[in-house]
Amino acid sequence: MEKKELICIVCPKGCHLEITGNSDGLHVTGNGCKRGVIYAKKELTNPTRILTTTVKVKHGLSDRLPVVTDGEIPKESLMEAMRIINKLEIQAPVKSNQVLIRNLLESGVNLVASRDMAEL
Amino acid sequence: MLQYDVIVIGGGPAGLAAGIEAWKEGAKKVLLLERDRELGGILQQCIHNGFGLHHFGEQLTGPQYAQRFIDEFKKLGIAYKLNTMVLEVTENKEVHAVSKEGGYQIYHTKAVILAMGCRERPRGAIDIPGTRPAGIMTAGTAQRYINMEGYMPGRKAIILGSGDIGMIMARRLTLEGAKVEAVVEIMPFSSGLNRNIVQCLQDFDIPLLLNHTITEIKGKTRVEGVVVSEVDQDRQPIHETEVSYDCDTVLLSVGLIPENELSRDLGAGMDVHTKGPVVNQAMETTIDGVFACGNVLHVHDLVDFVTEESQRAGKNAARYVRDDTRKTGKEVHTRAGSGIGYIIPQSIDCEQIDEDIKLFMRPRAVFKHVKMVVTGDGEVLKSVKKQRMTPGEMENITVEKSLLSGKEYKLLSVDVFEEE
Repeated sequence: MEKKELICIVCPKGCHLEITGNSDGLHVTGNGCKRGVIYAKKELTNPTRILTTTVKVKHGLSDRLPVVTDGEIPKESLMEAMRIINKLEIQAPVKSNQVLIRNLLESGVNLVASRDMAEL
Repeated sequence: MLQYDVIVIGGGPAGLAAGIEAWKEGAKKVLLLERDRELGGILQQCIHNGFGLHHFGEQLTGPQYAQRFIDEFKKLGIAYKLNTMVLEVTENKEVHAVSKEGGYQIYHTKAVILAMGCRERPRGAIDIPGTRPAGIMTAGTAQRYINMEGYMPGRKAIILGSGDIGMIMARRLTLEGAKVEAVVEIMPFSSGLNRNIVQCLQDFDIPLLLNHTITEIKGKTRVEGVVVSEVDQDRQPIHETEVSYDCDTVLLSVGLIPENELSRDLGAGMDVHTKGPVVNQAMETTIDGVFACGNVLHVHDLVDFVTEESQRAGKNAARYVRDDTRKTGKEVHTRAGSGIGYIIPQSIDCEQIDEDIKLFMRPRAVFKHVKMVVTGDGEVLKSVKKQRMTPGEMENITVEKSLLSGKEYKLLSVDVFEEE
């Protein structure tokens, strides 16, 4: 494999990574910490992302409740996940971290509320 | 009489952290005033993740980050009032406010913490040519519509400005089914974080047009399209580079301005570069007993640093009340030297340094392989190597207490030099 360049998205620092490959695997340089190596390998084999969005909520202070996946899901299934999440409609009150969808798209990851919302 | 030790103006991350810290440092009569209907500030609409990596060592969403501070604030039983708009702060520390519930209120306090945050530059601030149809709004307004109110601002958008909010909204609109034609940036670099270029634009194949700007907005009642032109080195549009885009929405992400009406009316000294008050190492403004922290002081790119700065403001406000700590006037002023846009704090009271001083600054341009050098009246105190610096990312450098105590420098300067 030839040389590849990536910007690490693990933290706001945004390290510029250089990845070279050989039979032993991938070699990463330019990373400020060890998380960069893990990110680079994953990004080149199975890129994943945390998904944040909102769902419809009734009787709450706002009309939308922010939600987040409690782990990363494959990057290519983000839009499919959105289609499922957009069908969801929940009732306040909700507690932060309350599970709203278990095992989203068989990914082993749950969709959880990302704030408290009292019933109005 | 409504008498308090510390009054905090603003219930966002800065106000919450400052209030909590003032309380922990012994100020027991603390009151926080917030004009919105709930605590948390703009973090409540920033539903994306990436907050808290420095402060908590984990990735949180904006609401999750806010929730931790709201929970702690409430657990401590610190007083706060919502839907309350502060109208004026006077030099003798009267805080005038109005609310539906309390009418016109005048509070007396020993110390004030200004934590009013910032707001976005609107279209009028950058003078985009064209008509004035519906469908033009700031990225933050669109963010509130989508994430809290449940409205879609449009179906086909162009975003002007590649700040973090602009890029995050490009992703957000795409996830919700809209098409983002392009993010247009007048500078040769993005003013946002690199990670956002990757995970907000590249992930969704949204073009980032550097050295470009919008030169016309078309449409009568609703936006119908825009003209985008390339700009030259002086940021002037180059003729015959015009490209027309059809769209129904234009989002502006062209910078944030600290919201300092109260500070200015109060007569606090202001910094022309940060557009916020001038402060010392205690986060105290030029008005005794009035402290400032967060985006009202200077626009941060990470909330984690807002928290850290606000804790310092809260702690020092409590000390001001408790120990009657007053400025000694023996100050060393900081100076943004070559390559640096500004430095916070603008002065350091040398008699009152109780810990290492962390200087926050913003580079003026993109630098590679440089060193940041701190000098006291020309004498080199410290030098730090930097692989990369960009205006989109705030820099900080710690000046150890030992480097300053006992010295009588007049000017502390930070410069960026090329590495030999």
